[in-house]
Amino acid sequence: MSSPKINPPLARTPLPSTVVKDDEGSLVAAAKGGDISAFETLVGRYERKIFRLAQNITQNKEDAEDVMQEAFLKSYQHLGEFQGNSRFYTWLVRIAVNQALMKLRKRRPNQVSLDEDVDTGEDTIPRDVEDWGPSPEDRYEQSELGNILNSTIAELEPPFRIVFQLRDIEELSTEETADALGLSIPAVKSRLLRARLKLRQKLNKYFKRSENS
Amino acid sequence: MNCKNIIKELSNYLDEAMDQPLKSSIEKHLEGCEDCRIVVDTTKHTVQIFCNSEPAPLPEETRTRLRDALFKHLGHIRNQPKA
Repeated sequence: MSSPKINPPLARTPLPSTVVKDDEGSLVAAAKGGDISAFETLVGRYERKIFRLAQNITQNKEDAEDVMQEAFLKSYQHLGEFQGNSRFYTWLVRIAVNQALMKLRKRRPNQVSLDEDVDTGEDTIPRDVEDWGPSPEDRYEQSELGNILNSTIAELEPPFRIVFQLRDIEELSTEETADALGLSIPAVKSRLLRARLKLRQKLNKYFKRSENS
Repeated sequence: MNCKNIIKELSNYLDEAMDQPLKSSIEKHLEGCEDCRIVVDTTKHTVQIFCNSEPAPLPEETRTRLRDALFKHLGHIRNQPKA
């Protein structure tokens, strides 16, 4: 009898939007020297990602638009402080996250606290255990899949949603995420685990084999 | 290694943030536990689906407002006399 197939852990293929282009360092240097067109090239490269990030955190289009504008303007105004120890994008994300959290706290002051302990739950044994098959996302049109993902992530509480956004969508490291949110590394890890399990549970209804095969 | 420990270590396993003995012990459990195998695979797939989704293009009016704001403020910065 053959052994069951154990798939390897996450192996990520870089998306076009996550690949650091060779000219990034020179664009940042030019922008630091006052070259507006170099900065505009960086804006064009990252505007979609920053808008999505802001939308996923604030869950509001107008706020997301404000956050995006403020993040780009602030990043230009503070470019002199960017030391180049991280990717420019990672630095920009941190600025956008701060702006987005301020909006979110203003809108929902009693609901959003990333600092305090949140219940990461001991009852993490998943309820629905059903196979999805190899490519369940192919059952949906691109726009339909986009709507499913947007509405699924919107259902997560902010402390889980924001950690998942930074770690698994923006691909920041655990340390970068902890630093950006002012959280401990164990807090980032426990929230990420909880977020992944919650999202898996929510996507289960769309992707389980028995519903769609 | 039991099912509860698999869930506890799930993120570290997916991110390959663990030593080889722990990884091997998880994989040994997965060989014999179909439920855990499904949970690991579907959680991994969840991360990949989100990670592989490219952001939608900006709505045209949003892009225009961004360009207008940058022009207004960056133009102002550019024209400021140096201190």
